[in-house]
Amino acid sequence: MSIIGATTGELLSRLERGELTSVELTTAYLDRIAQQDDRVAAFLTVNGDEALQQAADVDRRRQAKQPLGALAGIPVAVKDVLCTKGLKTTCASRMLANFIPPYDAHVVTQLRNADAILIGKTNMDEFAMGSTTETSAFKTTRNPWDLGRTAGGSSGGSAAAVAAGMSPLALGTDTGGSIRQPAGFCSVVGMKPTYGRVSRFGMVAYGSSLDQIGPFANDVNGAALLAQVIAGHDCRDSTSVNAPVPAYSQTVNQPLAGLRVGIAKEHFVEGLNPEVEQALRAALQVYKSLGAEIKEVSLPHTSYGVAVYYLIAPSEASSNLARYDGVHYGHRAAQFSNMIDMYATSRGEGFGSEVKRRIMLGTYALSAGYYDAYYLKALKVRRLIRQDYDKAFEQIDVLASPASPNPPSKIGEYSANPLAMYLEDIYTIGANLAGLPGISVPAGFTEAGLPVGLQLLAAPFEEEKLLRAARMYEQATQWQGKRATL
Amino acid sequence: MDYTTIIGLEVHVQMQTKTKIFCGCSTKFNPDNPNVQTCPVCLGLPGSLPVMNRHAFDLAVKTAIAINCQIARFTKWDRKQYYYPDLPKGYQISQYDLPFSHDGWLEIVVNKETGEKKKIGIIRAHLEEDAGKNTHDETGRGHDSQVDLNRAGTPLLEIVSHPDLRSAQEAKEYLEELKLLLTYLEVSDCNMQEGSLRCDANVNVHIHRDGQKIATPLVEIKNLNSFRNVELAIEFEADRQYRQWQQDGKTFGQVNKETRGYDAVRNITVAQRSKEEAADYRYFPDPDLVPVTVEEAYLQNVIQSMVEFPAARRTRFIQQYQLSNYDAAVIIDQGVVFADFVEHVARICGDGKQACNWVTQDVLREMNDRKLTIEGFPIQPPVLGEILKRINEKKITIKSAREIFLNLLNSADPSTINVARIDQIIQEQGLSIVADSGQLETVIVAVLAKNQKAVADFKGGKPSAAGSLIGQVMRELKGADPATVRELLLKKLAE
Ligand SMILES: [Zn+2]
Repeated sequence: MSIIGATTGELLSRLERGELTSVELTTAYLDRIAQQDDRVAAFLTVNGDEALQQAADVDRRRQAKQPLGALAGIPVAVKDVLCTKGLKTTCASRMLANFIPPYDAHVVTQLRNADAILIGKTNMDEFAMGSTTETSAFKTTRNPWDLGRTAGGSSGGSAAAVAAGMSPLALGTDTGGSIRQPAGFCSVVGMKPTYGRVSRFGMVAYGSSLDQIGPFANDVNGAALLAQVIAGHDCRDSTSVNAPVPAYSQTVNQPLAGLRVGIAKEHFVEGLNPEVEQALRAALQVYKSLGAEIKEVSLPHTSYGVAVYYLIAPSEASSNLARYDGVHYGHRAAQFSNMIDMYATSRGEGFGSEVKRRIMLGTYALSAGYYDAYYLKALKVRRLIRQDYDKAFEQIDVLASPASPNPPSKIGEYSANPLAMYLEDIYTIGANLAGLPGISVPAGFTEAGLPVGLQLLAAPFEEEKLLRAARMYEQATQWQGKRATL
Repeated sequence: MDYTTIIGLEVHVQMQTKTKIFCGCSTKFNPDNPNVQTCPVCLGLPGSLPVMNRHAFDLAVKTAIAINCQIARFTKWDRKQYYYPDLPKGYQISQYDLPFSHDGWLEIVVNKETGEKKKIGIIRAHLEEDAGKNTHDETGRGHDSQVDLNRAGTPLLEIVSHPDLRSAQEAKEYLEELKLLLTYLEVSDCNMQEGSLRCDANVNVHIHRDGQKIATPLVEIKNLNSFRNVELAIEFEADRQYRQWQQDGKTFGQVNKETRGYDAVRNITVAQRSKEEAADYRYFPDPDLVPVTVEEAYLQNVIQSMVEFPAARRTRFIQQYQLSNYDAAVIIDQGVVFADFVEHVARICGDGKQACNWVTQDVLREMNDRKLTIEGFPIQPPVLGEILKRINEKKITIKSAREIFLNLLNSADPSTINVARIDQIIQEQGLSIVADSGQLETVIVAVLAKNQKAVADFKGGKPSAAGSLIGQVMRELKGADPATVRELLLKKLAE
């Protein structure tokens, strides 16, 4: 059986049975990266030497029969927005091109505690702003299923790394769909946990009230295990919630009896690709055949979601990115005439155009005279959107929708029209605005062979239910077994 | 020149917490080792997050209660956004529209002799993080500016008064009372040199002309680094505004608020970059910090654990120890340790008035002469109290007590200053009051026998002659109580 493309569970049991060492496994993935990543461009940094050292250490401890963590010896790729001590963390920006954090993000500490192997840092949209990984200052990640298309974004590098078999697991971040949409584009599993479920400490902030870190895997079981490792309270993040973490990986294979799957009538709108809609209808049939009840619900404020999101996220971003001023770290212009010019030139050179666009949007929305009409109004509508979901989840267990209204975009498709790109976020941003957990699972392909993702959302802190519902669908379909051929 | 000066003060106080407001770094004043008390949070590194220091919040609430503020039941944190190199995140975490406290007052004594008081209104008190410190090249040779972030993130309490102060003197009184209160509460050491208390003054004048009141444009004075300078700067500024008005006639509202800096060397205020329009700080709620809710039980707990405030203690001292307004103020204004010292002495000797007199006169004088602090004063309350107790018990005279006090103070070995030593000195020097009238009578009879002339003078109608006789008796019997001597002697002369 091949190492590349195997699920996390398969790899773990082979490691435990002694059929495979972590060094062999890590070497196989590093070789795969060396062979394929010049075409896919999923990685910004490959952490080869350290990864092999970590692997050797795990093998040695395994041989000595010492206790090992839940991901012992398994490679995990980490989005380059998560701080890694001593390892470059660039956010795919010229601004932080040479930034080496002196500390690990909480989730990276959790990975180390679980004895996972940190195989590398993945490409992303600059500062996680974008839906295609094209705004990266360094390279454009390509979709392993069609190299002429994007892998989605902003966690496109992590999604593509898993889809291309360059890592069995990866971490991404999701502010408006940045895990679920690329997971759908790349036919892998990606989950955004409830806001507060995973500590944001060490995640470079984009939209602080929306950002969450979550897992990518090639099956639901892998996602459940990685989610379990990174979730939990951290006193260094005041918004992280102090509630016990259920053992997702223990319960994920148990089907849910009497499952109520909802669909929102507002989701069937003009602009929804017919093949994507067909895939969703087919998925609902699968659930029906599994004994689930399909219920239509209403989310009346859905149409305001994109507008609300593109006020709140840029407002927070304009503030979060103020620290990149060239004074203490990061890019500083070589030439400037005075302090103000130093700020302006350093930031002008360090940021790409999408980041600048969002900083300007946010600065405008927070300015005196506009605050009430834009930012404050957006907060009010955000509350209404949350109430829509609260009401819906009184009647249903999970809400099903496409992860994205269209299949993966062509490289360059949105370069002249960012607004069209923003509108593609319609199905994913609700979960961020309402703080809900959401997952994207592979749901088939279009005629042209492009992946389609099924998104499921659940009520806050119902990750366990979400994973079990996703696993029921995965088990009843053939999509999980499909691997991109490169 | 007929005008009234109108002053409102904005005071920033660094609170004495061990650690910073949003991280675990030390708040120690450490200008010689820049950037050592820092971490990813207070350096504003990517991905770092603030977590509120509960102790800082508790201290702030304690202070707000002491200045009679309302405590908000729901308060939140906001980002105040501006670019400056000493502000590593590009925003300061502060409080904007929902400060944790508002609408209070502080009472100041405007006349120490009469004890006349005045309430100064407080608009709000809020918490925020301090910025770092920029050091600019002042040689003019164009060297780099440098930034020290040791101070960044130190908890700051900003207390904003109403424009209720009517003179530079009142402004100084307000600051002194506030400082006293903050040191009593152990909230801050209020050291202006080290920047733990900083003050900006908003000043204008109301000119009285033909029964009309004319207000001059508002000026904010910055860089006030001592109470004396606050006083001087306000005096200068009020006068300058009056002269300016005489020249251009500009009144309040016709000119934007101006910021001026105080130049202590020349004792003038100097115009700083004028703000054409109010800076837009783009305040918005900090999404990294959860709002704070305050429960009634928590507030009651804080109130219960409060120490007595200076103003209340002043009033109590006047009543309990029968002190004048002035004496009570002298004691309280010396600080909490000094007042505690007085009360400790009073408790031991059983005479508050006596204790106050001794501490404010003898102790304070020796402290000043010998450049000692009350904490370092060699004779601490347990010993001083026992000396005074012996006066009250008529075991020694006040004069003897002073001798003992000085004797102890001059001890080469401070460890020998104890209660046992008091009685030893009384013994050695024969300072014990002679209460045995038999011994006294013997001495008086002997003195009268030796001074027939004086006795004759006295009996011949010269009462002053008794003085020298008493003096002689006292010389013979060192510890004798002068009143008893006089009484017995007069009795003998009358026989
Ligand atoms: Zn710190």
